[in-house]
Amino acid sequence: MKRLLPLMAGMALVLSACGREDLSALNPQGPVARQQLELMKISIGIMSLVVLVVFTICIYVLIRYRRRKGDNSIPKQVEGNHKLEIIWTVIPIILLIILGVPTISTVFGLSKDYSNDPNALKVKVTAHQYWWEFEYPDLGITTAQELVVPTGKKIQFELTTADVKHSFWIPSIGGKMDNNDGLTNKMYLEFDKEGVYRGKCAELCGPSHSLMDFKAKAVDQASFDRWVAAIKAPVEMPKDEAVKAAFQNKCLTCHAIGETSTGSSAPNLTGIGSRLTVGGILFNDEAPVVDNLIKWITDPQKVKPGNMMPKAQDLELTDAELKGIAEYLANNKLEY
Amino acid sequence: MKGDAALAAHAHTVKRYRGLMDWLTTVDHKKIGILYLIAGGLFFLIGGLEAILIRIQLIKPMNNFVSADTFNELITMHGTTMIFLAAMPLLFALMNAVIPLQIGARDVAFPFLNALGFWTFFFGGLLLNISWFTGHVPDAGWTSYVPLASPTYSEGAGVDYYVLGLQIAGIGTLLGGINFMATIINMRAPGMSFMRMPMFTWTIFITSALIVFAFPVLTVGLVALMFDRLFFANFFETAAGGSGVLWEHIFWVFGHPEVYILILPAFGIISEVVSTFSRKRLFGYSSMVFATVLIAFLGFMVWAHHMFTTGLGPVANALFSIATMLIAVPTGIKIFNWLFTLWGGSIRFTAASLFGIGFIPTFVMGGVTGVMLASAPADYQYHDTYFVVAHFHYVIVGGLMFGIFAGMFYWWPKMFGRLLNETLGKITFFTFFIGFHLTFFVQHFLGLLGMPRRVWTYLDGQGLNGMNLISTIGAILMGIATIVMLINIAVTSLKRPNAANDPWEDGRTLEWSIPSPPPEYNFKQIPLVRGYDAWWKEKMEGKKAMTPAEPPGPIHMPSPSILPFFMSVGLFISGFGFIYDKLFLAIGGLAVTLICMLLRSVFDDHGFHIEEHEQEKGVTA
Amino acid sequence: MSTHQHAEGQLPHEPEKATLEGRNKILGFWLFLGAETALFGTLFSAFLALRHNIGDGPSPQHLFELPMVFAATMILLTSSLMSVFAVQAMHRHKVKEMVGWLIATIVLGLAFLGLEIYEFNTYVSEGHKMTTSAFSSSFYTLVGFHGAHVAFGVLWIGLLILQIFKKGLTVVTAPKIYVSAIYWHFIDVVWVFIFTVVYLMGKVG
Repeated sequence: MKRLLPLMAGMALVLSACGREDLSALNPQGPVARQQLELMKISIGIMSLVVLVVFTICIYVLIRYRRRKGDNSIPKQVEGNHKLEIIWTVIPIILLIILGVPTISTVFGLSKDYSNDPNALKVKVTAHQYWWEFEYPDLGITTAQELVVPTGKKIQFELTTADVKHSFWIPSIGGKMDNNDGLTNKMYLEFDKEGVYRGKCAELCGPSHSLMDFKAKAVDQASFDRWVAAIKAPVEMPKDEAVKAAFQNKCLTCHAIGETSTGSSAPNLTGIGSRLTVGGILFNDEAPVVDNLIKWITDPQKVKPGNMMPKAQDLELTDAELKGIAEYLANNKLEY
Repeated sequence: MKGDAALAAHAHTVKRYRGLMDWLTTVDHKKIGILYLIAGGLFFLIGGLEAILIRIQLIKPMNNFVSADTFNELITMHGTTMIFLAAMPLLFALMNAVIPLQIGARDVAFPFLNALGFWTFFFGGLLLNISWFTGHVPDAGWTSYVPLASPTYSEGAGVDYYVLGLQIAGIGTLLGGINFMATIINMRAPGMSFMRMPMFTWTIFITSALIVFAFPVLTVGLVALMFDRLFFANFFETAAGGSGVLWEHIFWVFGHPEVYILILPAFGIISEVVSTFSRKRLFGYSSMVFATVLIAFLGFMVWAHHMFTTGLGPVANALFSIATMLIAVPTGIKIFNWLFTLWGGSIRFTAASLFGIGFIPTFVMGGVTGVMLASAPADYQYHDTYFVVAHFHYVIVGGLMFGIFAGMFYWWPKMFGRLLNETLGKITFFTFFIGFHLTFFVQHFLGLLGMPRRVWTYLDGQGLNGMNLISTIGAILMGIATIVMLINIAVTSLKRPNAANDPWEDGRTLEWSIPSPPPEYNFKQIPLVRGYDAWWKEKMEGKKAMTPAEPPGPIHMPSPSILPFFMSVGLFISGFGFIYDKLFLAIGGLAVTLICMLLRSVFDDHGFHIEEHEQEKGVTA
Repeated sequence: MSTHQHAEGQLPHEPEKATLEGRNKILGFWLFLGAETALFGTLFSAFLALRHNIGDGPSPQHLFELPMVFAATMILLTSSLMSVFAVQAMHRHKVKEMVGWLIATIVLGLAFLGLEIYEFNTYVSEGHKMTTSAFSSSFYTLVGFHGAHVAFGVLWIGLLILQIFKKGLTVVTAPKIYVSAIYWHFIDVVWVFIFTVVYLMGKVG
């Protein structure tokens, strides 16, 4: 029948598209996402049963009891049937209990707070229009846009925002939690395998809400320790005096880099040369880092409408300064 | 009627209007129903156009068909317009057209307020949509969360249009809720006890109660946001001790009952349509009534399932999960009752019954994703993704809109004296049905594959392209179906109005016992109701008409009035004054409204009489 | 649509319920009060959520002067009693007496409003304004909405008194008097809650 066709198409899609390892909730890469998928499977299993029963009765009834040509009889008027009514009240209640019990236990399990656990890593996430700030308070590190974490450890997130409501979501690792103004939300995740996972903002926050992607990079503990050391290493200023002056006077008023941090209202630039993207969405494997940086600094509004960073010409950056800063930042890499 | 006072009541001149003035001053529920249908239909087209533009923008990755700002305006206006200015008014159209007829009454309890309700809705909706022309369009989503909607982050007047437009339109809805509750309680024909009321009347009764208790909550939220934006108050300003989460609570305490306000009338329509077109009484009537009451009651207890990721804590999340799952039980009861009404019946497929029957599997699909969403930890993945968008469109479009289409086809002859064209109706049904499933089924997967909602665009290479394309194609099909419906309406309006009293021949309820369309006074004599499915009962005993419950005589009617129109214009002007900070407009507009209220109180409406000899005129058998 | 009782020109015992329109008006108004309950309920909820966030402004303990607020409460409660007497007089068809009690109702209502305006003025001069904090915003909105309802009620009952003079007590004017009395009692009940939740709880902290 007509309605089965899209259903079949959908089923085919299900089988073929469990989705990307780095993006899909149906392809979990961590224990939290796996627990959530288990609940999804229980609920869809139960609900498929319901849909099957309803569809079967519906199709049967429409074929069996359709009015034949010339038939003007009045069917028997039935008020109800107590037995049936009890059955279709009790069975749904039982089905809901089957779903309800694991729901409650998972709700409490996932709300566990690992803040005081010495084996957990604490990360404070502050969302901005339209970028993500990650601070590791126990390690004295602040970075942006790329969340580097060790595998096999509980990562205890503390979520807040610097402006409007956002929502922190790494679909293949676990569900999301909102970043509320003036409040801190706690959530933990855990990464099984090394890899790069895509993060999304999941609360309407302005024009560039859809472009507020971030990356979560899970590495082994040794790599992570090397990353921590690398990010804390002192960073040299640009060699060229003109570029250095421009960088300090026009960029470091909002941004910070290495130990010479000044501004904190814009993403931290330490190691930006080795990140996967510039601005969260300009991929460094599709164009050279330096080109992406030039594209971004020239007109950030064009890449991410509505964001706070002024255009190069509004900062009165000359072409030479712009190129120099871009090259300097492109070469600012972290080895780990 | 005897005595000098009675003569005096007849002695005044009868005010009757023609043409445009007739429509501007009418207090007749049948005409008001048509006004709601036209206005709601127009806003539906606007909301539909906004949907098509959204889907065109999303047809391919990194598209630039509209700008990011415009996109956020489109999604905000699409949601707000469809829910408040299209779906609800179309339901009000059917409520107005049908309820007084189904209970054997001559009009609603408060005809003047009925007209006022229409005009405030219309002018509120007009105010909201004029924003497109002023360039200050609301863009913080139909849920208007703060801080995004606060004066700091939404500096322009856009959100002010939202706040004022909805407050004005909301007055109309609230008045309608009060009106229909009072009508159903006080004005049923003799013999029509509560448990003999048609199912549609029951659902409207319960819906009206929901409106009365839910809409004022939204009003407070809108007033608080308005005060923050216009008078620098601090309800939602965190720096001064306000709370953004408070907005979420207030909004959803309204918002959840709102979706039951939307769906319960559709449930009522399905009950009528399924019953009539299978020639069988509704299976399990008393449990249907009980289930409706339970759904309404539980509907007030589940609002925080929209806030599972807000951070309320595991206890709250667990409680609201369980409460939300519970609503599935009475809803399931209804589905099975409809299926077993069809079972053993003699099913006739018309455009009306196709939409009614198509509702059942479609709404069930939407309902089961609702149960999936109810499980909070799973919802941490689904929330704010296309999975939720799929769910609510399944229940609102696949549920409510199918119900409205069914109701329109079913009651069109009663409202207009003409049957809509069946062939065009069937084309509409199949095109819309296929288009609908194409659009929204794939969206479940889009959400699970990592696509958040309210996204202006998406990156290439994420595996989302194909399904977004399918979704857009489906939307275009729904657009075509709507155009076919418009053609149907146009073609039908050219036909002669010669529909029978009971054009489907199997009508069970009182509206089918009187002419199509009914005379101005509905019933020449109020009927005596002797059981459930009052008209069917009489027909099965061989009667050709209802037994009257009163002798024939002059019928007293309420007078038309231009005051509801002017009161709404006053509110409209006042709204502009508040949006653009023009005090004299704000106060002046309110003054117009208050003066009209004064006039209404001071000058009593004596109404007029339709004499017996006038009652014979123009009555078609 | 309506049936007039004109037996010997006498008004029935409960003139407000003698016609269908009258009964509809009374039922409709109770339903409206249901909506108003939801409205004030939400205002109270917002106030309860925000009442401790006083920001830089003065605290409720500092601001509120219970003797004055208690006096206002007594005035409003008495005005409600006056309106009870008015309806009783209406049932006994004593029109002049009814009007007297209605005048007393609105005079006391005006006194309540006068005290409230004085009270708000004092607060503003002490740095407690709408814009001061979340507490102050929710305070003024809740208490202010109530005051607006009292003001509307005073105007409405005043207007009804004039209508009684012009049209007399009939089956058409009686429901209006009855409904305005129910309204007046409602805003009195709301005030009792305000007194408790805002002022008493504010003093106690």
